[in-house]
Amino acid sequence: MAAVPPPSEQSTRRILTELGAGRGLSRRSLIRGAGIGALALSSPAFLDACGTKGAKVSAGSCVSKDLSSTQKSIVFSNWIGYIDPAKGKGTSTLEKFQQQSGIKVDYRNGDVNDNEQFFAKVSPQLTDCKSTGRDVFVVTDYMAARMVNLGWIQKLDHANLPNVEANLIDSLKSPDWDPNRDYSVPWQSGMTGICYNSELTDPVTSFKDLLTRPDLKGKIELLTEMRDTMLFMLLLEGSDPNKFTDAEFSSAISSLQKYVDAGQVRRFSGNDYVDDMKSGDIVACEAWSGDVINLLGGGKFKWVPPDEGFAIWTDNMLVPNMAAHKTNVESMMNFYYDPVNAAQLAAWNYYFCPVKGAQQEIGQFDKSAVHSQFIFPSEKTLQNGHAFMTLDEKQEQSYQTQFNGVMGG
Amino acid sequence: MTHGVVPPPATTAAVDGAMARRRGWGWLLLVPGMLYLAVFFVFPTVQLFLTSLYDPSGNYVQGYTLTWHFANYLDAIRDTWNLFVRSFIYAGIATGVCLLFGYPLAYAIAFKAGRWKNFMLVLVIAPFFTSFLLRTMSWRTILADQGPLADFLRTVHILPHDGRLLATSVAVVAGLTYNFMPFMTLPLFASLDKVDHRLIEAAGDLYSSPFTGFRKVTFPLSLPGVVSGTLLCFIPACGDYINAELLGTPKQYMVGNRIQSAFLTEHNYPLAASLSLILMAIVVVMVVAYVRRVGTEELV
Repeated sequence: MAAVPPPSEQSTRRILTELGAGRGLSRRSLIRGAGIGALALSSPAFLDACGTKGAKVSAGSCVSKDLSSTQKSIVFSNWIGYIDPAKGKGTSTLEKFQQQSGIKVDYRNGDVNDNEQFFAKVSPQLTDCKSTGRDVFVVTDYMAARMVNLGWIQKLDHANLPNVEANLIDSLKSPDWDPNRDYSVPWQSGMTGICYNSELTDPVTSFKDLLTRPDLKGKIELLTEMRDTMLFMLLLEGSDPNKFTDAEFSSAISSLQKYVDAGQVRRFSGNDYVDDMKSGDIVACEAWSGDVINLLGGGKFKWVPPDEGFAIWTDNMLVPNMAAHKTNVESMMNFYYDPVNAAQLAAWNYYFCPVKGAQQEIGQFDKSAVHSQFIFPSEKTLQNGHAFMTLDEKQEQSYQTQFNGVMGG
Repeated sequence: MTHGVVPPPATTAAVDGAMARRRGWGWLLLVPGMLYLAVFFVFPTVQLFLTSLYDPSGNYVQGYTLTWHFANYLDAIRDTWNLFVRSFIYAGIATGVCLLFGYPLAYAIAFKAGRWKNFMLVLVIAPFFTSFLLRTMSWRTILADQGPLADFLRTVHILPHDGRLLATSVAVVAGLTYNFMPFMTLPLFASLDKVDHRLIEAAGDLYSSPFTGFRKVTFPLSLPGVVSGTLLCFIPACGDYINAELLGTPKQYMVGNRIQSAFLTEHNYPLAASLSLILMAIVVVMVVAYVRRVGTEELV
């Protein structure tokens, strides 16, 4: 057997060149073909269909059939640190609900980490009247208002919600964006303030301290939620976060930029500030009240309402269009408005409890919770709370762009 | 042994016939690939281009209309040119460091690893068994302010006593380097592994020193690996935003972070699209210039 020498690279290349010259497939004709394809796609007929349509849908046209009677299940998206974990079989509120009702809950812990990002996650489906794969999710007031306005949310049947009717506290009964609570039921309310690690730093009691104290340089974080962070900046500038002008907002933005440029702010974070506090990489941050107890375990981690005032907000359960288990969700909402269940939940997550009668029940779960200002704030505490002004779409986008400009270096 | 030696063509007519047939097949075989590119590359790119020309006064509620608003590009560059500069500097440094570390590694695996070759290759690929996000998160633990590495560097006064590793440019570049290292090592290995040892021996026989042999024989032969490795590192590193977000601060943010926030939190699609296209265009220009200079003959 004679060994055949392998074709040298030169000869291979020659063969390839000849093939090309013989008007096989040249690179040029390939490119030409692709170009024609691209042109076809950009033809006038195609372009007419361009632009994006608005996100608004009419709720009536996006209704799906409720399959609750045959499918005993729910997909529930929530923020982390918002529900008591099961310590044993049938002990957590969610386990209790599943046992009592026979409805299986697929709880997506942390599916919501930031309101705007969650909006971006579900908007393609909801704009197109498609299912998001979630039966109920929890978002903050302004986002809930936006979604209700866009026609994305299903109307609730109050006949299925007797506990909500009876026990929802008065102050939350009629927000201006949903005066009869037709579309939303509060999950919990809370405050945005400051959390600090008392082992690593002296008390941080004001937002000004947080942003100016030299020993905190590079060791603090602010929230990516524009409303939370800018509420403090507006207060710091002496503006009213519930009623401010574009100019006031811009000046608050430039002062925030100053602190970021000075290296005071390590980064902007969502709920993940918890990890950085735990690791000791930061010693103080803007934080949501209950997290300090339920995710950081209290102890050396202290939460304070800043001297300037603090943000107060409510997170709401909403059932999006095309979610096929609304009745199941309603029975869960009803379950959580039973004062005993509400008390058990609040005794764990330490957020404002929106349910009347829970204070009488909470002692059986946690004695120290009965007079907790985190769960049952007094009128006096609430006096210093502020809500953020309602924004129209134009303001929304302009403010968010300015804020992202600061966050983006 | 093979009998696949092609006899010389007998007549030109036969050759023409064969070529015609081959041409038909060539097009047919290309159909799946071209379709794939049309659906997943050409169409999205055209769409992205059109999105970048939407009227910026639109918003997510009313939607956007296509008004051929080319000024979007100027606005985008004016507001974010510093992020572009930063992205290219970070990606450039990371690519350089990858080459510096990856070359000896690939060389050792190709020439010196012997029977450990496959095992070492698996080790290079092993990080891919976990997600990109998790790997970057774990760097936060390694570089943490209270972590052993930062402690050590402070003890030996490389870091000042209040200095930190995490949330600095160094951390971001280190993260990029780490995450893209396999993309450098594997192409380098592939071309080094193909180098004919007899050529290096021949260089020695002709009295070249080992270094000259490397410079004149091994390295030129590995150039295709160097070119594809640097491209595979540099291009994705330019657009990366995870490393800057998790290991950096706002001062380290790259253009990817801005695109992400424009798209996800502002819903400002024209801005996000024009930033993406500018990034794409700059990268293409840089890559073409680079490839022209170094040459791609061996690549294709």
